[in-house]
Amino acid sequence: MAADPIHQFQIKNITTLGEIGGVEIAFTNSAAFMLAAVVFTAGGLVLATAGRAMVPGRVQSVAEIIYEFVADMVRQSAGEAGMRFFPLVFTLFSFILVLNMFGMIPGLFTVTSHIVVTAVLALVVFFTVIIYGFYKNGLKFFRLFVPSGIPIYILPLIVFIEVLSFLSRPISHSVRLFANMLAGHITLKVFAGFIVMLSGFGIAGWVGALLPLALTVALTALEFLVAFLQAYVFAILTCIYLNDALHPGH
Amino acid sequence: MAETKTGTEAPGGHKEPFPPFNPETFASQLVWLAIAFVALYVLLSRVALPRIAAIFAARSGKVASDLAAAERLKTESEAALEAYEKALADARGKAQGIANTTRAEFAAAADEKKKQLEASLAAKLAEAERQIEATKKAAMANVRDIASDAATEIVKRLTGTAPAKQAIDRAVDAALH
Repeated sequence: MAADPIHQFQIKNITTLGEIGGVEIAFTNSAAFMLAAVVFTAGGLVLATAGRAMVPGRVQSVAEIIYEFVADMVRQSAGEAGMRFFPLVFTLFSFILVLNMFGMIPGLFTVTSHIVVTAVLALVVFFTVIIYGFYKNGLKFFRLFVPSGIPIYILPLIVFIEVLSFLSRPISHSVRLFANMLAGHITLKVFAGFIVMLSGFGIAGWVGALLPLALTVALTALEFLVAFLQAYVFAILTCIYLNDALHPGH
Repeated sequence: MAETKTGTEAPGGHKEPFPPFNPETFASQLVWLAIAFVALYVLLSRVALPRIAAIFAARSGKVASDLAAAERLKTESEAALEAYEKALADARGKAQGIANTTRAEFAAAADEKKKQLEASLAAKLAEAERQIEATKKAAMANVRDIASDAATEIVKRLTGTAPAKQAIDRAVDAALH
């Protein structure tokens, strides 16, 4: 069972709570890690800033650095007007980052390796862009699909491509995160499985196991990078998409 | 779930779908994702983020007020330095004045003393000269008497007759002048 690289993505019921419309609703390992991420993120930030120190200590510095990091990301990608979405971007970034990092702890579940979760997060961004885009710009929001300075005879084609790329955003947005987390964890598990398998063949196997061991170590470092980078990419794409809602003209 | 999991490993058993694509788990995940995400959004946007923003605002306010205070203290210290330099210059000027008047007073007093001294010296000199003159005159008178006596005696010896006193006096006066 330990060698099965898919087993780690299994969702296990902790308690079944009931049914909604004939669908079973359960408190699962995934739910537990989501709530743990909420407690860790919100609790961590609140505790870190409890002192409200003028000269920050170590933990308060970390909280401030994360805040500034996300705030700069929003300002640079979506402008000062984008700061109204700062809580949303910060929530997405911290939620995904903490869930990804929880996944890096051996034995823990990776919530973001499930496409439903990443799809919902991407759809939240997608609908925020559409609703706010129409709320703020009215019908001028459609200018997003009509780049200026395009000759009239290729305009229909360009508009078609723009609409298609806009509609495919939530797919690429969610699949990127999901696939990275899934593939990374499978790869790690497969290479780690090679070590166990080869070391079962005696001395020669032990020597042979050194290669997958080294690879596993290297991949673990890479996966930490990916865990951070995918949270960052998700957040920065959110900012870029929100920028379209704020400033639809190309 | 745990027992269905063993089914994946049992060959030929019921094939469990790939977990991320197992729709049986979607509803639970969605419910808890909604709860967790909304909870996190509310906690962060209502509590944590405003608190960090307040810390930043307080810090930049403190920095600005400290800079303003430093600026104020700087101008104050510059004014104090200016006042000090002015006081120093005044004191120096005053000291110069006092020194000048004192010097002038002393010089005047010294001049006065010198003049008195010179006057008294001149008086003494004049007195001395007068005495010398008197003494000289007396002496000359004595010399004349001695000369005329001697001349009378010499003439008497040579001629045997006493010459006329007027002739002797004339001759002596002629010889003396």
